[in-house]
Amino acid sequence: MVENIDLTVAPGEILCIVGESGCGKSVTAMALMGLLPPDVARIPSGTMNFAGTTFDMTRETLPSDLRGSDMAMIFQEPMTSLNPAFRIGDQIGETVVRHKGCTQAEGRARALEMLRRVGLPSPEDRLDVYPHQLSGGQRQRVMIAMALANDPRLLIADEPTTALDVTIQAQILELIRDLQRDTGMGTILITHDLGVVAEVADTVAVMYGGQMVERGPVAEVFANPQHPYTIGLMASVPRLTGPRGRLTTIPGTVPTMDTMPDGCRFRTRCAFAARTCATRPPLTDVGPDHLTACHFAPLEDMLRVAG
Amino acid sequence: MVAANTNADLAVADDLPRPENRVWKKFRAHKSAMLGGILVVFFVAVALLAPILPIPDPAATDWGMVRKAPSAAHPMGTDEIGRDVLSRMIWGAQASLLAGVISVGIAVAVGVPLGLVAGYFGGWIDAIISRCTEALLAAPFLILAIALAAFLGPSLTNAMIAIGISATPLFIRLTRGQVINIKVEDYVDSARAIGLPTHLILSRYILPNVLPPILVQATLTIATAIIAEASLSFLGLGQQPPAPSWGSMLNTAKNFLNQAPWMAMWPGISIFLVVLGFNLLGDGLRDALDPREH
Repeated sequence: MVENIDLTVAPGEILCIVGESGCGKSVTAMALMGLLPPDVARIPSGTMNFAGTTFDMTRETLPSDLRGSDMAMIFQEPMTSLNPAFRIGDQIGETVVRHKGCTQAEGRARALEMLRRVGLPSPEDRLDVYPHQLSGGQRQRVMIAMALANDPRLLIADEPTTALDVTIQAQILELIRDLQRDTGMGTILITHDLGVVAEVADTVAVMYGGQMVERGPVAEVFANPQHPYTIGLMASVPRLTGPRGRLTTIPGTVPTMDTMPDGCRFRTRCAFAARTCATRPPLTDVGPDHLTACHFAPLEDMLRVAG
Repeated sequence: MVAANTNADLAVADDLPRPENRVWKKFRAHKSAMLGGILVVFFVAVALLAPILPIPDPAATDWGMVRKAPSAAHPMGTDEIGRDVLSRMIWGAQASLLAGVISVGIAVAVGVPLGLVAGYFGGWIDAIISRCTEALLAAPFLILAIALAAFLGPSLTNAMIAIGISATPLFIRLTRGQVINIKVEDYVDSARAIGLPTHLILSRYILPNVLPPILVQATLTIATAIIAEASLSFLGLGQQPPAPSWGSMLNTAKNFLNQAPWMAMWPGISIFLVVLGFNLLGDGLRDALDPREH
């Protein structure tokens, strides 16, 4: 169950959603794109405001005219996200033809232009290859070309580098960031890699157990994390400087859906947990644009009292 | 920056054969599949060439030449009213193959769309289509075909329709199962993410990817349909006299097994060979199209 998500992305901004596996990052992204299968997922409440239009997400899914043109998505698995039965030029062209209503030839020309822009080597020859003839990194470039073919205003990238080689990961991120700068589109980047967040994000939203627990400008959240879960995440990242010891871990594991506690979902693993945590903490301001969902925020106050 | 960084994923797969080539290569290396292919091509060629081959009229009777053993004038002998068996065999090949191909064509044309819809949408549409499919599958294939053919009235066209309807549930089931596997693939999600409407997702993303097993099943079903047509014609429900078909030839031949065994032998051998051909071809296609072994 994913709840209490509140995200804002401005044009030209990169918002990172971080959190461990299964915390609802991808579900959030799929919900935004209107891709949640209606037979297994239900959206009881929620609205989306996109470029001045408000959508009630409980009733209408995102109109398919918007999907792929103004809002585009890059998936986690480049190896399986391309139709194996079609040449990649046709696949990229298809999305252009669908939304721009242009001819096949114009779609193909646009596909070539996009392949060139995402830095696929010898794009003229690549137009006519099938997905299985490309490597993972190349396929992810094709996916990006496809997503950006219609100049979207919002790009959602769901762990676009997780399935790739470490050396390719940096290139793909670099590519997304460059293209994002060129086009000025807003970007939601889903990742579980804090290194990626530190490198590319403007804003970061931390999710735990289907809830957003903290959100703020990346520098602020990294320098001054307010939610105990965020603090735990920061502490578990290996550092190049300073004394070397065992990495800090967050005790316990994420509760399953049916054992998820009421109130603050992190309280079963939280060092600060108290009786008040049985009620759900509201998102409160702890700094400029910095929100956190913890009863004890800002933590400094509590530590001062305790100390 | 981007351009400078692309060198690492330059691992280009240019020497990889295109999928068509790979399938064709595997098919070529498959000896029994090639044999099946040759048999099928041979019978198809004979059937197509029937009008221009220098053979006697298959319906022309000759009362001086009744039930004659194979000779130079009649290489396969003559039947009970003096018609040339070779000529009837060649024209009969047309009826048999046509029946096989058209009835399977009917089954594919009806079954695949129904299977696509049932598998993709699920829910009550799936429930209705699947229950009807199971009801049809409950009756044995040939019994169902005979019942339908009897109901529609004896003619080759009706036999083809009856066989086609009997084979339809096979294709509904196969397609539905494949679609259920394919529709959860990431590329179907990505098709929805680029805003493609449902009919395009079905026709361009799902259908091409469920086609290979359907192609294999269709080839194998042609063999079954040819036997079914022969059975219906044998029972008098298919091709009507005087037009020849292998099944109806067998029907008359059974009365003269002692006096004129060649009358039964040639249609029997031909049915055997053409069915064998389609089965080997289907098996070969299955192996060649199987993505698991490379």
